[in-house]
Amino acid sequence: MTTPSAQVLAASFDEQVNDVFAPISDFITGIVFYSVPLTFIDEGVELPLIVVWLVVAGFFFTIYLRGFQFRAFGHALRLVRGDYNDPEDAGEVTHFQALATAVSGTVGLGNIAGVAVAISLGGPGATLWMIIAGLVGMCTKGVECTLGVKYRNVYPDGRVSGGPMYYLSKGLAEKGMGTLGKVLAIAFCIFTLGGAVGGGNMFQSNQAFSQARSVTGGDDGLLGFGAAGAVFGLVLAVLVGAVIIGGIKSIARVTDKIVPFMAVFYVLACLSVLVANITAVPGALADIVTQAFSPEAGFGGIVGVLIQGFRRAAFSNEAGLGSAAIAHSAVKTNEPATEGHVAVLEPFIDTVVICTMTALAIVITGTYADDSSAPGVQTTSAAFETVASWFPVVLAIAVILFAYSTMLAWSYYGLKAATYLFGESMVVDRTWKLVFCLFVVIGASSTLDAVIGFSDSMIFAMSLANIIGLYLMAGVVKREIFGYRRRLADGDIRPASERV
Amino acid sequence: MSASIVVGLDGSEASGRAADSAADAARRHELRLVLACVVPWSPYAFTNADENERRSIEKERESRAAQELVLDPVVARLSTIGDLQVEGVVRHGHPAETLVALAREHDAAWITVGRIGQSRVRTLLFGSTPSSLIQLSPVPVLVVP
Repeated sequence: MTTPSAQVLAASFDEQVNDVFAPISDFITGIVFYSVPLTFIDEGVELPLIVVWLVVAGFFFTIYLRGFQFRAFGHALRLVRGDYNDPEDAGEVTHFQALATAVSGTVGLGNIAGVAVAISLGGPGATLWMIIAGLVGMCTKGVECTLGVKYRNVYPDGRVSGGPMYYLSKGLAEKGMGTLGKVLAIAFCIFTLGGAVGGGNMFQSNQAFSQARSVTGGDDGLLGFGAAGAVFGLVLAVLVGAVIIGGIKSIARVTDKIVPFMAVFYVLACLSVLVANITAVPGALADIVTQAFSPEAGFGGIVGVLIQGFRRAAFSNEAGLGSAAIAHSAVKTNEPATEGHVAVLEPFIDTVVICTMTALAIVITGTYADDSSAPGVQTTSAAFETVASWFPVVLAIAVILFAYSTMLAWSYYGLKAATYLFGESMVVDRTWKLVFCLFVVIGASSTLDAVIGFSDSMIFAMSLANIIGLYLMAGVVKREIFGYRRRLADGDIRPASERV
Repeated sequence: MSASIVVGLDGSEASGRAADSAADAARRHELRLVLACVVPWSPYAFTNADENERRSIEKERESRAAQELVLDPVVARLSTIGDLQVEGVVRHGHPAETLVALAREHDAAWITVGRIGQSRVRTLLFGSTPSSLIQLSPVPVLVVP
């Protein structure tokens, strides 16, 4: 199957990508991941400010809204169940649908590969910090989505769309900071375009290929030939293009239906790893807790573990990045705070449940300690393999589906950013979608750290513009959420079944 | 004393016959005729962001199609006779559950639906509105072949 020219072509393609990307990527990564060396703690410990930025926002809003995400939980479940749906609104987008759409965009390789990276680099203790980051991230997400609905656009033709670009521009204009709002909105959109082709696309297709290649026999297998990545990427790009450009909705509809079941299936698969190693569970839990505070590397290590946990949690649940606010904004509701409630469930499902499952499987089987291959989806795959030899195949199917649905979601986020920047037109629409498909191929065919570094930094950069806006509009969110909760407590807002 | 008969319409010939039979009965018992077309829709169906953005437009389009293609012809046909009070309703939802809700709202004496005569396999896989109605309805259900 292998032809030398194809190999040379693939190799030179990779090199060219690298030559273009490396300087840009290094520059952006250098800014976004600017790290303060904490030499007073220990030699070599560095604290990336972007992680501090995200976590501080999570803790700030948790305190400012008095633990809103925990108090919101029960009501959020009732909203999702549809207890408060107005019968008049039958046929419109429900809370359940908005949440499911957002979750299918969020649950991706971050949950499988990202967690493996965190534990491989930070040890089992990273799990605990990841869960804590998920719990505070719930609040940030609720804040974003409240604003997303409040300042969304309803177009004359009836379309509904929103997201940080709209709450930044409209919300800050209300506060007399129109120019700042515009600048932040534009910055957010530029980073979203980068994040969409990076973390929302290349990272996904790259890791999907990696797992597909591994289960088909690695270097000597079906996908072992030189240009296999490009071929795999091309097939994936055609499947993505068929939906986003060709408008072949049936494929998207099938994926929409399979992904939620796949997520449940994935959790069950992780549980079966736990059951198969049940005697190791207490030890693993103890490791997770004790090593979060006293890793082998000493005190300096704690910061390292914490950073890994927080960073990967943020990459996975996207709290503070603003992406989910785009997906949540289409819900049919007159109360922005309702979607704020529902949105807190998203990091819970993504991080507190799914990421934790991955983490437990990896910690219990100890596969994170194997440094023969780069940490990533292979680490999780190895953990699955301890149960049954065919289990990595199941994982491969899950990985490809998660990657696919995440790519579809991010192509939409990117499109919204592109149309905000360049206006709504067929040219913008088609250009963006073609570029997006091209990056699917680039992602699968390259093994370049530069590309992955770029993905990471663009995704995290979205939070720069977004979180500034969240702080400036914190008062607005507080009024919305507390006002809603007061009316709920007073009985002004009732479930549909109790209305007269 | 009940006030109406609710008829489920889906554009099929059988549902047309159901409407005719209900119209006869409505005249005889001096009841209002409520013709309902339910667009199948679930609040728990999985959708994507693009569909969500356009959902309001789609709902509008589906409602209009149901009104114009399914309800209007039957309403027009039955109202020409003059002595009958006919009302058309379009709703989104689970067909059987929505017909039951309409029966409650309109104080229906019974619900009439047509039978499409689908195969056993289809019924096994997807169920059928008449059989779900029988399980859910608080009033008698009349199925017209």
